[in-house]
Amino acid sequence: MTYQEKKSIVTLISTILIFAIYCLYMYPRYPEQGAELTEVLRYWGAFVLILMLVSIIAHIIISIVFNIVYRMTTGEKEPGFTDELDRIIELRAHRISFLLFIVGFLCAMGSLVMEKPLYVMFDFLIAAGFLADVSSSVTKLYHYRRGF
Amino acid sequence: MGNNLVGNHIRKLRFDHDEMTQQQLADKVGVTRQTIVALEKGNYSPSLELAFRIARAFNLPIESIFYYEEDHKK
Repeated sequence: MTYQEKKSIVTLISTILIFAIYCLYMYPRYPEQGAELTEVLRYWGAFVLILMLVSIIAHIIISIVFNIVYRMTTGEKEPGFTDELDRIIELRAHRISFLLFIVGFLCAMGSLVMEKPLYVMFDFLIAAGFLADVSSSVTKLYHYRRGF
Repeated sequence: MGNNLVGNHIRKLRFDHDEMTQQQLADKVGVTRQTIVALEKGNYSPSLELAFRIARAFNLPIESIFYYEEDHKK
């Protein structure tokens, strides 16, 4: 298995783990029923912002650890640049993840139109962000293994 | 074997050129080893620019390295 394939798998697993652990930590802290709207909105704002921050920091740390482990186990240095194949695969991954996020965004707006509770809209948005992230790693893994 | 219609003789040519490694060829043409692996497996059709760089690395005309699968079957 090549560096890019291994990295895609590590990114995929870490994305799922980070999201799952973060949700398990944050959802029990949802404001109790009858809380003011501003408090609920503050909760969701904090949920999204902290999730982004935690994801970025965790991914940087995981990437550094992965590169160190990769060098130690294979004796190979990780590629220091992206070539044309990497760029094409990156574009395809972006296309699919953007598409998924747009679908999630439209569902979120649809939930507002259908007068669903506010948490449904935020759940759609957060789920769309997560699925977009996962789909990006899956697309990369698929194309690095199977080509196109 | 891959699913695209452009085949190549890169693997054979590497061995004919003092058993050049995938990494050595990758370094010569400015791509990652992963891309050479994908090319040899037939999983990826290179850009015209990369095809020319590979041809130059082997000092051969481009059509001696790459072929169109349909023409090859005939």
